[in-house]
Amino acid sequence: MHPSFQRHKRVAGRMVATEPAWLRFLLIGSTIGIVAGIIVIPMIFVFYKAFANGFSTYWENLFGNAEARHAIKLTLIVALASVAINTVCGVAAAWVLTKFRFPGRTFLLTLIDLPFAVSPVVAGLMFVLIFGRQGWCGPWLQEHGIRIIFSWPALILATTFVTLPFVARELIPLMQSLGNDEELAAVSLGANPWQMFWRVTLPNIKWALLFGIIQCNARAIGEFGAVYVVSGRISGETDTMAVLVQKLYESPGAMSAAYAVASVLTLMALATLGLKLLLEQRVTQSLEETAQTTGEAP
Amino acid sequence: MNRRKFRSPLPGFTSTLSVTMFWLFGWLVLPLVACVLKAATLSPSQFFAAAWSSRARSAYWLTFGASATAAFVSVLFGLLIAWVLVRYSFPGRRVVDAMIDLPFALPTAVAGLVYSTLYVQSGWYGQFLVPLGIQGYNTFLAIVLMLVFLGLPFVVRTVQPVLESLEGDIEEAAASLGASRWQTFQQVLLPSLLPGMITGFALAFARGLGEYGSIVFVMGNIPFKSEIAPALIVAQLDDYRYAEATSIAVMLLIGSFTSLGLINWLEARNRRYAS
Repeated sequence: MHPSFQRHKRVAGRMVATEPAWLRFLLIGSTIGIVAGIIVIPMIFVFYKAFANGFSTYWENLFGNAEARHAIKLTLIVALASVAINTVCGVAAAWVLTKFRFPGRTFLLTLIDLPFAVSPVVAGLMFVLIFGRQGWCGPWLQEHGIRIIFSWPALILATTFVTLPFVARELIPLMQSLGNDEELAAVSLGANPWQMFWRVTLPNIKWALLFGIIQCNARAIGEFGAVYVVSGRISGETDTMAVLVQKLYESPGAMSAAYAVASVLTLMALATLGLKLLLEQRVTQSLEETAQTTGEAP
Repeated sequence: MNRRKFRSPLPGFTSTLSVTMFWLFGWLVLPLVACVLKAATLSPSQFFAAAWSSRARSAYWLTFGASATAAFVSVLFGLLIAWVLVRYSFPGRRVVDAMIDLPFALPTAVAGLVYSTLYVQSGWYGQFLVPLGIQGYNTFLAIVLMLVFLGLPFVVRTVQPVLESLEGDIEEAAASLGASRWQTFQQVLLPSLLPGMITGFALAFARGLGEYGSIVFVMGNIPFKSEIAPALIVAQLDDYRYAEATSIAVMLLIGSFTSLGLINWLEARNRRYAS
């Protein structure tokens, strides 16, 4: 679904018919205009607003405020937990779905994509229906004093749902194209499953895995709709950074604080982009290497 | 037993399959079933009263209309951007290319916050646009602007690889047979780009249907007027009307599953044609 790292096989260099110069300039100009107007200027605006009242206000907004500190911490914990779950399960799923053929395999492959088609708000609602006070497990949970909805476990559940496909989606096509040969060789030479995984499978998939983890993490940090529904928006308790931005936006006089928190999220997004660019190069490299060693086209 | 049945000497079938089943059924299927079961506790007439009330209908209209408009605009812009990025080299091309992915990485709340400030009368864009009568805040246009931001990368990233894979010789052939550049584009290039454009449209559309995080910033969520379907679900939940919220959620799910199914069908069809 994200054909992101199969790019830059440029046709340029043997350009045949091309457009007249004025049209080229017009098209390039409009592209730069659109990307600047829609994406770049809004991003710069975040930092402009965040620092509009000086650096000390910025610092105060972020770290002088217990709620903001708590939101940053909670966001990182929730993201870490959901990324960990989706990485472990995503690798397991990619393994079983690419190395074996069994009835129901196609169905499971389709299921993995499902969260892309579910509105985050609906995802949140589903967990409320299961674990909420009036939900299916609600009475039982209440009897045993377990709180899931309006508490951090719900944040992890909902965020995991929304970010579920990212790691598996990166691994499945790659592992499919790599085939079983190397693992079969390792097993026949007497490697135990863990040795096989750490020494044969993982080195082959590490860049794609990292790529998936980064995308998963970016989405987990920024998730809003699902978290908004299951968290109950309890100040200083279940507010993640994204929800805090919205709360600050709605409370009068807290605009610069909203932008301060938003700037941290934007920095994280930029770091994600930078890492992705680096990884794209590594992935293309390793794909080419695989192609050379196996003698097949990537 | 499993090994013999599926004839693979590779280890880990049973354990990884159990993890996968737990993950997919626990996290995806169970919640979905819970949602459908909850909707099923309503009688058909109750379901329709909730899912097809006039307030719900206007929310669907707004959601579908804005998503379709935004997806359409995204396809136009995305095609242009993909074309320029693949065909021309210019200073800053790599930066523009990298920036396209920002909406994938940027939390939607941040995007919503910024757009809500840029387009008001005192904002950077609003100061020029509002006097011209273009209201980019708390209007239909505001949703579309927001969804174009979110949908654009989907289109660029589906059209770009197709453009890159096109060989120059068909264009040469068209030119040598006397076609003008525009005719070549229209009759030779566009048909091969169309599948990618449709996939991009569907992805952007599906993204728009479910979006809530950014829209909540740029809209007032006034019932009947500026309330999108996900916002209506949240409003019902805040009133503890779970069954109503679920009915609307089921309608929204049907809408987005249909578009995802359409993508898969189109992709399968393209693969058949390609081979």
